[in-house]
Amino acid sequence: MLTKRIIPCLDIKNNRTVKGVHFLNLIDAGDPLDLAKLYVQQGADELVFLDITASNEGRKTLVNLVQKIAQEINIPFTVGGGISSVEDVRSLLKAGADKVSINTAALNRPHLIKEIADQFGNQCVVVAVDVKKIDGNYFVFKNGGRINTHIKLEKWLHTVETLGAGEILLTSMNQDGTKDGFDIELMQLAGMCVNLPLIASGGAGRASHFAEVFKKTKTSGALAASIFHFGEVPIPELKQILKQKNLPIR
Amino acid sequence: MIVILDYNAGNTQSVMHAINRLGYSCKLSKDLNEIQQADKIIFPGVGQASVAMNELKQTGIDKLLPQLEQPVLGICLGLQLMCTHSEENNTLGLGIFPTKVKQFNTPLPVPHMGWNKLQFNDQPLFSGLDQQAYFYFVHSYYAEWCDFTQATATYDLSFSAVLQKDNFYATQFHPEKSGIAGEQILKNFLSL
Repeated sequence: MLTKRIIPCLDIKNNRTVKGVHFLNLIDAGDPLDLAKLYVQQGADELVFLDITASNEGRKTLVNLVQKIAQEINIPFTVGGGISSVEDVRSLLKAGADKVSINTAALNRPHLIKEIADQFGNQCVVVAVDVKKIDGNYFVFKNGGRINTHIKLEKWLHTVETLGAGEILLTSMNQDGTKDGFDIELMQLAGMCVNLPLIASGGAGRASHFAEVFKKTKTSGALAASIFHFGEVPIPELKQILKQKNLPIR
Repeated sequence: MIVILDYNAGNTQSVMHAINRLGYSCKLSKDLNEIQQADKIIFPGVGQASVAMNELKQTGIDKLLPQLEQPVLGICLGLQLMCTHSEENNTLGLGIFPTKVKQFNTPLPVPHMGWNKLQFNDQPLFSGLDQQAYFYFVHSYYAEWCDFTQATATYDLSFSAVLQKDNFYATQFHPEKSGIAGEQILKNFLSL
């Protein structure tokens, strides 16, 4: 049986793992490669690296980091942050990334999804979607959650599936950083809209939050950052608890 | 020498790193002489069936590969191209394994993406592994069961996760991305 995936996310700035709420008050959370190796050892099922440095200088550093990660890590990993062209994707995949995550660039020019999927296969295209609930509707945001596109979630998910996305990384901006649990209603809605693997993000605070999202929604993976970085929810314990709750876990 | 087939497919880096981590050296090549003289050949694959098949035709690898006598390991799309036909863009394969590749038709999310178990026969490729081991899959098409199916995995239906016929081996999952269990499969192949 296909198991549910536990996915630590590492935000990268200047070659360091950082964590903050909405990119503010960044706290250093260690060397990304060391942290990645630790997570692999602890049983993480996949890793996500998000580059939050936007400069060209930063991009080269990121490609170098991806090369180092690929040399040492024997599980799949996704790289995202600032990807806006097929060439960006090519350099990251060539460096050893398994998948790339695109967000703002896809909203600015949806056809980019198809271009990447046609070139490299849809399995490597993760579309990251940041949403906020406003007056009962979920709207898609871009530019790191700063700009409301006024596009409804349902419509955007349908578009990205049609264009060839291989997976959706769905972040609830309402829940992000709260540690109050994943947005169950949002994940249920997304599960009805698309037949793609869905990764839930935003709100993880305790092991029971992971159990809830896996039991109540079609989510196939759940992502979290600081609770793993700062040891609040160690991955081995989390996986043990989920197994005891009869969830399919590696 | 271990040769990784170079036909512009993605993912070759990961396969090379995995082999290096096991202490072997390897080389990326599309040179037919070099391929013919290799001790072992790995046929990786990420991408689209018809695009990949065209690349193989341009290099002449499509003619050479089925005639090779040394151990060959196809991975993911590599496995699918070693079958007779793929529904992905209606692509004719190399015909090494007499089975067809079909698209998943299921209410479950597609691609089949993540860690899954195998049900396998006793075989050198699985030496040191038990049936509890998990492997990383990511694919929207699958090879149907045939006489050369050595392991199956289940995602709504049961499909060929490992095929083997004579010197030809192939895995639908990615051993290079399947942690320690995947490394064991590669080690077993490299020590054949």
